[in-house]
Amino acid sequence: MERVPCAVVGTGNIGTDLMEKLRRSEVLELRAMVGIDPQSEGLAKARSYGIEATHDGIDWLLAHTDGIRLVFEATSAKIHARHAPLLRDAGLVAIDLTPAAVGPAVVPPVNLRQHLEEPNVNMITCGGQATAPIVAAVSRVTRVPYAEIVSTVASRSAGPGTRQNIDEFTQRTARGLESIGGAEHGKAIIILNPAEPPIVMRNTVYCALPGGADRDAVAASIQEMVTEVASYVPGYRLKSPPLFEDGSFRTPAGEVPARVIALLEVEGAGDYLPRYAGNLDIMTASAVRVAETLAVERLREGIPP
Amino acid sequence: MTAAFRLTDTTLRDGSHALSHRFTEEQVRAIAGALDAAGVPVIELSHGDGLGGSSFNYGFSARDERDLLAEAADVVRRAKLAVLLLPGIGVAWDLKVVREIGAGVARIATHCTEADIAEQHIRMAKELGMEAVGFLMMSHMVEPPKLVEQARLMESYGADCVYVVDSAGALTIPQARERVRALRDALGCEIGFHAHNNLSLAVANSLAAIEEGATQIDGCLSGLGAGAGNCPIEILAAVCDRLGIPTGVDPFALMDAAEEVVRPIMPRQQIIDRSALLLGYAGVYSSFLLHAERASERYGVPTHEILVELGKRKVVGGQEDMIVDVAVELAARSERGDI
Repeated sequence: MERVPCAVVGTGNIGTDLMEKLRRSEVLELRAMVGIDPQSEGLAKARSYGIEATHDGIDWLLAHTDGIRLVFEATSAKIHARHAPLLRDAGLVAIDLTPAAVGPAVVPPVNLRQHLEEPNVNMITCGGQATAPIVAAVSRVTRVPYAEIVSTVASRSAGPGTRQNIDEFTQRTARGLESIGGAEHGKAIIILNPAEPPIVMRNTVYCALPGGADRDAVAASIQEMVTEVASYVPGYRLKSPPLFEDGSFRTPAGEVPARVIALLEVEGAGDYLPRYAGNLDIMTASAVRVAETLAVERLREGIPP
Repeated sequence: MTAAFRLTDTTLRDGSHALSHRFTEEQVRAIAGALDAAGVPVIELSHGDGLGGSSFNYGFSARDERDLLAEAADVVRRAKLAVLLLPGIGVAWDLKVVREIGAGVARIATHCTEADIAEQHIRMAKELGMEAVGFLMMSHMVEPPKLVEQARLMESYGADCVYVVDSAGALTIPQARERVRALRDALGCEIGFHAHNNLSLAVANSLAAIEEGATQIDGCLSGLGAGAGNCPIEILAAVCDRLGIPTGVDPFALMDAAEEVVRPIMPRQQIIDRSALLLGYAGVYSSFLLHAERASERYGVPTHEILVELGKRKVVGGQEDMIVDVAVELAARSERGDI
């Protein structure tokens, strides 16, 4: 199959890591790295790979769209809000890794198929990509009145955008647990840990279980989902089999008799970003999976780019 | 005579850990009323892990903290009400809600190296016309220059006071002293000190902090709080009296409140047993204690081993989920015969 041309806008850590992953793709062909800083390390790297690299920003891209169908946006929420309509008018599908949330939030194994025709999809948050699949795995087997996640990331892997607006992370992730995970109520917590050497990203997912929930089915469903996510995020793994705890838990959705806990670790692939930064790796790996799926499915379905 | 420092009582916030977040309306009215009558100028109330802390990870509150705050607002006549908020757990929006209920002081807490996540919350507190206090938790984990750098950030966002918070009760007297002094020398705003008694130094460290120029000091009736508890304010007030340090509070009224209002509802005395001592010795977040005891029971591994392992992993405040992780791992290890 001929590879589908795409471009990356934003040449920082995320954009550069995307480039490394895209170079391996059998479905996508990275045509251009688009930045604004002539000194950018990402642009220099792109040139060394023989990939078109420009610091003339979105204007350059809009003037050179020939053949390009998908655009990864790895800038900032503010910038993407400005780019989104321009990309749409140019007939380019946007995969948005910023918190702009112009398009619907997608998690590849859970709800991507419902959004194949969208001109713009959003990658929620790293915590959302790591935990919403687990909540969805539980909610496809039993009711989940309440789900809660704790994401712990190395301080060094949390950029200024996340730090200045940490509420956005907790609120958007919590909504993702509901809209994508299928929980009736969601809560998200993020912790930054400054330990050296930096810790690998950790996620703990708690789901409230109603009485009589089929625990074997819940555990099997979680394991299956972990395997599926690990197929595109190789460092995604359960630290131990899902834990079931009995008690009387006074959740915001009422008292429940049990909970299941999934302890997850996300180690990065170490493409451009360091291995501990699983939180960034899961964003770029998921975005590539989204783009590959869109490329294959849209072409198959005859949906215009 | 003007008080040498402003006392903030946190029985209804840090003490919430010791009660597994089960304060009732009646208890809140009795404690807040007694504190107010004794002249305590600031009373903090929220879930132990701050606004929005009610969760699987930290324990669900028996009563909504906003309802409890309204009860406190109803009984206090002089004291200001304060709330704690940890960015990453609670959100800035929570401040609007508690402001309307009557909270006048917002205490924004971050790990001692992560002050920049507090910017939006400190600014929001100021916008709402609240007093903003920056709370640098686990201050024992960094040297004074780093703490100064982080405190300056909080001051730059608008904090009226920045606290050296000894969350693990791990600071020795010289360490407490040098941290307060470093902040005092570098900052224009007020400096505060929050102690835990795991090394039996809560009162001594608070006194050292006062000597170094701290003008806000935290404590709890009977020391009710996480780990071995906080600085017992009835003791601090009595010692200050003997030292001739004006406190502005009535030590006898505090002794009565500690003895008659708080002691009867304490699930256990705030003693320094092996686990509590290890929190201070290994530098582990004090509120991990009861969670570790529960995990110990559930997974059949000793509490103190869990705590020591958490210390080795340099776990920070809020990472209560690591307690289960460590317990499960220790249980698996002992099953394999590795220990």
